[in-house]
Amino acid sequence: MLQVLIGFDRGFRVLFEGLQRLGRLGLSSLESMGRSALFLFWTLRGALLPPYKLRPVLRQIQVIGSGSFLVIMFTGAFVGMVLGLQGYYTLSKYGSSSALGAAVALSLIRELGPVLTALMVIGRTGSAMCAELGIMRISEQIDALDCMAIDPYRYLVAPKLIAGLLSIPLLTAVFNVVGVFGGYMVGVVLLHGNGGAYVASMSSSITTIDLKMCFVKSVCFAFLLVWICAEHGFWVNRRAWGFGAEGVSRATTSAVVASSVSVLVADYVITSLML
Amino acid sequence: MLRGVNLDIERGETTVICGESGQGKSVLLKHILGLVKPDRGQVLVEGEDISRLKGASLNRLRTRFGVLFQGVALFDSMNVFDNIALPLRERSRLSEPEVKIKVEKSLQIMDLEGSAGKFPDQLSGGMKKRVGLARALQLEPDILLFDEPTTGLDPVKSHDVYRLFFSTQKRLGYTSVIVSHDIPKIFNLADKIAILHQGEVRACMTPDELQRSRDPFVQDFIVRVMGKAYNVKDEIGIKGMV
Repeated sequence: MLQVLIGFDRGFRVLFEGLQRLGRLGLSSLESMGRSALFLFWTLRGALLPPYKLRPVLRQIQVIGSGSFLVIMFTGAFVGMVLGLQGYYTLSKYGSSSALGAAVALSLIRELGPVLTALMVIGRTGSAMCAELGIMRISEQIDALDCMAIDPYRYLVAPKLIAGLLSIPLLTAVFNVVGVFGGYMVGVVLLHGNGGAYVASMSSSITTIDLKMCFVKSVCFAFLLVWICAEHGFWVNRRAWGFGAEGVSRATTSAVVASSVSVLVADYVITSLML
Repeated sequence: MLRGVNLDIERGETTVICGESGQGKSVLLKHILGLVKPDRGQVLVEGEDISRLKGASLNRLRTRFGVLFQGVALFDSMNVFDNIALPLRERSRLSEPEVKIKVEKSLQIMDLEGSAGKFPDQLSGGMKKRVGLARALQLEPDILLFDEPTTGLDPVKSHDVYRLFFSTQKRLGYTSVIVSHDIPKIFNLADKIAILHQGEVRACMTPDELQRSRDPFVQDFIVRVMGKAYNVKDEIGIKGMV
């Protein structure tokens, strides 16, 4: 009888501790979501309300946009070349190599252009954005801004958001153009496909809806990546990542993973809504 | 961390908050600035409870503060000139030439001429503190908060910081709150000394009262931190040297 009671007590305690853990997890997730939503609200407020300052936005455009230009060109060229190569051999089997231009352009404009551009910018700039804000937080630079009555959302984050929204769609366009050219170089120049058919199939298959989809995706991805990466760095001290350099490094890793996954999930959602 | 803090800081006075490490001194400063909100109680600045203020009203009150952080918190991507100019560019209506004149004057006062183009990483600890002090004073605050202003500095550099602090206070007449371990030197600057222990203000009195105090806690604190009984006359007069 005593053993049964002890067993019952132990079981009850395990169940109770499990419920406690679940509750803690629920509360911390809710707190984290609330903090992220407030972060976005204050950032949008900082971006939309005057006074408007052009210089910080231009500086961020230089970091996000022109700093990523070469990487995007390089990536776009090789993605287009791989698509040209794979597409040419696959379509040749069915005697449809004339549709290579359409296959390359549609793959790039609808999917690969916006997604790969966003992933490259996350790797290059998103991680740096998170680390920069994280270091500013742990070295009390953000507190110093607060103490000087300078809104850190307006001063630090809003220029990054505006610059991201302006730069990333343009980088996506560059990626697409270079990718289409890369596909042409492989499919037409290297493998001696029909150049006229490449261009004609491309221009007849691309519609305004495809371009709209590409633009909407790149804007949404820009929004998501700046939001997630900046928030992870800005509130590095509010998460259970530890403090100091280790906390910043874990926040950066988490920001890159979270923003990359969000981009892929958002890609599916936008595609399913716009197709 | 803090419980039962009851502290009055008079206008124009220098109040030194001391206590052992981990007693909540820096947290108390963050409460005064409204960076941390208390679970209960009030932090009254000129009659306004800063812990309940938000947005524009909080910013309005914060413009009256200047802060010198323990780690100075200079913006490491900006040079000395831009660090000092930042509050003027963001919070005042001064034109760029006016900002330049004001910052150059500050650099001269702080003995930092020739360092305007340097970045924080290229400065010594003492120079960083002086840049931090110059930045904190740009908007001519009514209240200046110092968190460990001389930590990591040698005695000569510490003396320089105190000298600058005292000369600027004399000129601008600000109220100052100093968190410091630099005992007993810091006592010489203080109008009042508050001793924080286990989240409570256990004593708040003038240096003379501190010396005469019969409170066993105060006596014990003085002996523990200084290794002997405190005597005002033992100290070198920083005030007298300015």
